Amino acid sequence: MRDTLLTLEGLTKAYPGVVANRDVSFDIGKGEIHALLGENGAGKSTLVKTIYGLVKPDSGHMTLDGRRFAPDDPAAARRAGVGMVFQHFSLFDALTVAENIVLGMDAPPSPRAIAAEVRRVSDLYGLPLDPDRTVGDLSAGERQRVEIIRCLLQDPRLLIMDEPTSVLTPQEVDILFTTLRKLSGEGTAILYISHKLSEIAALCEAATVLRLGAVVATCDPRTTAPRDMAELMVGQVLQSPVRAARPAGRMALELRGLSARAPHRFGTALRDITVAVRAGEVLGIGGVAGNGQDELVAALSGEMPVAADMVWFNGSPVGSDPVNTRRANGLLCAPEERLGHAAAPDMTLTENALLTGVTRKGLARRGFLRWPQARHFAQEIIAGFDVRTPGPENTARSLSGGNLQKFVIGREIMQDPQVFVVNQPTWGVDAAAAAAIRQALLTLADNGAAVIVISQDLDELMEISDRFCALTEGRLSEPRPARGLTVDQIGMMLGGAHDMEVAHVAK
Amino acid sequence: MDLTSINPILFFASLMVAATPILLAAIGELVVERAGVLNLGVEGMMITGAVIGFIVAVSTGSPWLGFLGAAVGGALISQVFGLLTQYLLSNQVATGLALTLFGLGLSALMGQGYIGIKAPSFPDLHLPILSDIPYLGPIAFQHDPMVYVGLLIVLAVWLFLNRSRAGLILRAVGENHDAAHALGYNVRRTRMLAIAFGGACAGLGGAYLSLLRVPQWTEGMTAGAGWIALAIVVFASWRPGRLVLGAYLFGGVTVLQLNLQAAGIAIPVEYLSMSPYLATIAVLVIMSAGRSPGSLGKQFHAAR
Repeated sequence: MRDTLLTLEGLTKAYPGVVANRDVSFDIGKGEIHALLGENGAGKSTLVKTIYGLVKPDSGHMTLDGRRFAPDDPAAARRAGVGMVFQHFSLFDALTVAENIVLGMDAPPSPRAIAAEVRRVSDLYGLPLDPDRTVGDLSAGERQRVEIIRCLLQDPRLLIMDEPTSVLTPQEVDILFTTLRKLSGEGTAILYISHKLSEIAALCEAATVLRLGAVVATCDPRTTAPRDMAELMVGQVLQSPVRAARPAGRMALELRGLSARAPHRFGTALRDITVAVRAGEVLGIGGVAGNGQDELVAALSGEMPVAADMVWFNGSPVGSDPVNTRRANGLLCAPEERLGHAAAPDMTLTENALLTGVTRKGLARRGFLRWPQARHFAQEIIAGFDVRTPGPENTARSLSGGNLQKFVIGREIMQDPQVFVVNQPTWGVDAAAAAAIRQALLTLADNGAAVIVISQDLDELMEISDRFCALTEGRLSEPRPARGLTVDQIGMMLGGAHDMEVAHVAK
Repeated sequence: MDLTSINPILFFASLMVAATPILLAAIGELVVERAGVLNLGVEGMMITGAVIGFIVAVSTGSPWLGFLGAAVGGALISQVFGLLTQYLLSNQVATGLALTLFGLGLSALMGQGYIGIKAPSFPDLHLPILSDIPYLGPIAFQHDPMVYVGLLIVLAVWLFLNRSRAGLILRAVGENHDAAHALGYNVRRTRMLAIAFGGACAGLGGAYLSLLRVPQWTEGMTAGAGWIALAIVVFASWRPGRLVLGAYLFGGVTVLQLNLQAAGIAIPVEYLSMSPYLATIAVLVIMSAGRSPGSLGKQFHAAR
């Protein structure tokens, strides 16, 4: 048994209308890699923010190394030896790597010394990084390295990592795990938050499970089955999506040499994408965000028009057709960003249902809206996809992420698409809602639609796709049957560039 | 028309004077916007500075005290904007516009007894040696001290933003206020200080008009200078160096068109009057490739 580093005793934090943490107590040992598990809204973020000094608990207290620990702000937490790597990177795009690192330090040395320190630490832990580059130009993996190195430069005794692998390729995950094990070996404790149970089983030696703000279980992830841990988190028995065997249908959507320039400075150019999807098929497109996913969806939805003969839909060229023409014909898309792109945050669910459904559901006549039909359509979506909301007059913003995602996807599926393109269907969605969404996508394919799922979650893609391909720097790999693909093969498809980079460091 | 009537030495010398009020107001707004706040009340803060500076200078007889009063007055009125937008979370665009209207009205009220009075004189500097350099001396080294104060402020802002830790924090707050908050920086305080600095600089710019450029008080005497300052900040891509270029370009074309009018050139006066605006916008649009601060104009809620 390890010596105890941090003890949490009876931490409680309530916000108006919701108790985020209820009497949370557990210990983290020195050098221990401790997993914190729980669904969205289980109170994980509030808890780690409490440890990092961003949130003050209503009651309860913490002890670090036997001394009372009550940080007033993150600077105090950092001085006490607590570092944190955020889920949504807390980086500044327009600043350089060195400037970003300086901002996370309380007593920074001179800029030149920082650059040397960054090089030393990045060599030591195998995390290559150039201190003079602008952060906005870095890949997601490199951006995470900036955050990690920023923490490591403070010699932390406890490192908090909030969903660190959600944006990484399998190779980058391996590099990260090597780094974390090395840190743990040096005596740094790590509090590791993740949805991905297989990672936790591979990395962590203790786990605390939160549900609705309270600790419901502690377990040893090395000996507990991932499915059991998942059921502890959700509090119910999980249903795996079922997939019927499907015959190959007619050609539904074809991309022929789709190329497009990057739409803005931090965008990605699409390079010669050729792929075909048949009716009744699910094509999974994997890859780390920022490799052309948004641009590909824009080219398919019509937000970014391309040459007509680059996109073929039901045998006719539609590459230059506008969005509504494609919609009317049955090519529907659900973009990644729920609030602001897929849904207008301050408009009601009825209005949001109208916005994309107006043509296919006949919700307007002679330029006038048919509100009763629109309301009925919204109610159908709410009922059909188990959207938890008091009613269609609530705004999109008032829904939780998972519920809004079910609404957004349900809205398109209820319009009976022939081709449905969805980007990150379950990003930030809890396990039960994610399972429901995946099942809905499979059912849609069973009913004869072609479905393209773009996702960073490889487990999800393996679960639902018939064929898999990877999008890297705007290029799409040759699709392969998803069944039987190994993680290594997927990793190779996802990123040749990263392999070279690792090799470069090793020499 | 007789172009030889334009004296090049006099032309360049008056260019620096014409550019200074805009330069002062713009450098303040640049700092505000780098901190992520869009304050459209520059015009209102300028005219408030103009009237307060004038009143203080007339009643004390000291132009220096006038400028000090203008800076304090501009900073105070900017804090109204700061309080509304940073603590009460009002909309920045609407509040900024309201500040402009408020400043115009307030200054007209305060300045009622001061119309037609002449400001105390503010003698030009005569720097030994430098001022006696032929051509260059009269152009660059025989001005009132505020011309140099303005340039020093620009230099100081550049050093602050690019060389100091406090400047880095200010840029970080403007780039991504949520991340800055997560790292433990005080977003509101940083922004309130930036807004105060912006107000003080706008006040100085306004007082430069009422104490040196005109020099007397008339209602609405800023005549859009604050809006030009705002435009120059954007077109200068939020960089102090380009800001000087933009302000001097605007000042240059203003003086040139006045000279051309005096020389009797056969172009309608209206076209000449609009030329400084067109020229400044054209040149800076061609040059601009910058990216605005990431959090510019967005509201910050600490609880999220």
